[in-house]
Amino acid sequence: MSDHASRLLDRDYSGQPEALTPAYKSSRLRAPCQPLLRLPETVRDVTGPVFGHDKLGELDANLVINAAAPNQSALGPRILVHGCVLDENGKGVPGALLEVWQANAGGRYRHKNDGYLAPLDPNFAGCGRTVTDAQGRYQFFTIQPGAYPWPNHVNAWRPMHIHFSVFGHAFAQRLITQMYFEGDPLIALCPIVQTVKDPQSIDQLIAKLDMGRAVSMDHLAYRFDLVLRGRQSTLFENRPEGN
Amino acid sequence: MRPPRRYKESPSQTAGPYVHIGCTPNFVGVQGIYSADLGAGPDADLGGALQGADVPGERITIAGQICDGAGELITDAMVESWQADAQGRYPTAGASFSGWARQACDLTTGVFTFRTIKPGCIQTSGGPQSPHISIWIVARGINLGLHTRIYFADEDNSADPVLAAIDPMRRQTLIASQRGDAYVFNVRLQGENETVFFDL
Repeated sequence: MSDHASRLLDRDYSGQPEALTPAYKSSRLRAPCQPLLRLPETVRDVTGPVFGHDKLGELDANLVINAAAPNQSALGPRILVHGCVLDENGKGVPGALLEVWQANAGGRYRHKNDGYLAPLDPNFAGCGRTVTDAQGRYQFFTIQPGAYPWPNHVNAWRPMHIHFSVFGHAFAQRLITQMYFEGDPLIALCPIVQTVKDPQSIDQLIAKLDMGRAVSMDHLAYRFDLVLRGRQSTLFENRPEGN
Repeated sequence: MRPPRRYKESPSQTAGPYVHIGCTPNFVGVQGIYSADLGAGPDADLGGALQGADVPGERITIAGQICDGAGELITDAMVESWQADAQGRYPTAGASFSGWARQACDLTTGVFTFRTIKPGCIQTSGGPQSPHISIWIVARGINLGLHTRIYFADEDNSADPVLAAIDPMRRQTLIASQRGDAYVFNVRLQGENETVFFDL
């Protein structure tokens, strides 16, 4: 039995947001009233879709140029975002599909429902994807997105952020989250960030400046690791038959 | 004995209103980046095709809408599905049936539509499970993606261990009814007839 099919640890909700977080207005009518029904571990979705490196386009992980005209590139501070996808057991998750989306450097999304007055950048779409390597590592090249206002309350502003969608090996590990930038003073003011109550868990969402991966006269770098739910046993334990 | 957790799962954050840019860019007119939206249909890239011509099984269509606690239709959600094949086996890498699909709700009507094959019964250590499709819903205002299941009204669901664990008054929220050629599966996020969501 492969570790792909071994059982998942119970979900640890202590770092997760509650469904109903009234300061984030959109949750008020979209949060279930009833508690989640806990399923026995024997019927959880421990499998999930598999995505290959071979199907990715050459520029999928380079948002600076994947929507740009020839010899042009997106406006904004050039950054490398890199890190590892791990599970709660500390093991790198290889073959994890990561999809990212973000606003441009002015804080505007290329989306028909975004009417913010900052202009679109003709050389930037704001989407990228990649698959983690054998150690669970990934990287994207992009521009730093701008902060932008939103109608949650008067003078509400989202901190600079990049959205991440992550597939592990199990459908039950599916995760969507947001990456913030170290030092952004809007993080503490944002009701979406503050849906998470545990300060250490919020810190997990804040990418750290990584001068070791910055390249002189080219780009800065940020490090952002993601953690998915772990398994009750792995191939590294002496129980090849699994649980 | 269970291994200690070395790390804590990353907190979830809402997918927000612009989830399409990252997950279904072609659907919102962000074209030319990916050749097709992942999980959108038989022509999709990255193995997102739910059904190839050679996949055995009954072809079915499931359509639905999602409502909030005020009964308003949600038009900015994204729905993903994961299911077994007609023999009740979950697909592995390289299988002609990927078992996974992704649909953005229509930006005006809120309708999502899955065209797939009907899954078979699944044998698990928890007992046999009736044919079902696992569903995951994200949207603006949903802080943690919601897991639920679609069962089928024309199957024998009497021995399914998951349905058996649900208050009989709420079981019907997980059962798709037949209407014409399609199954209908509507989701209510909050309030009266609230759909059952799972802690998996």
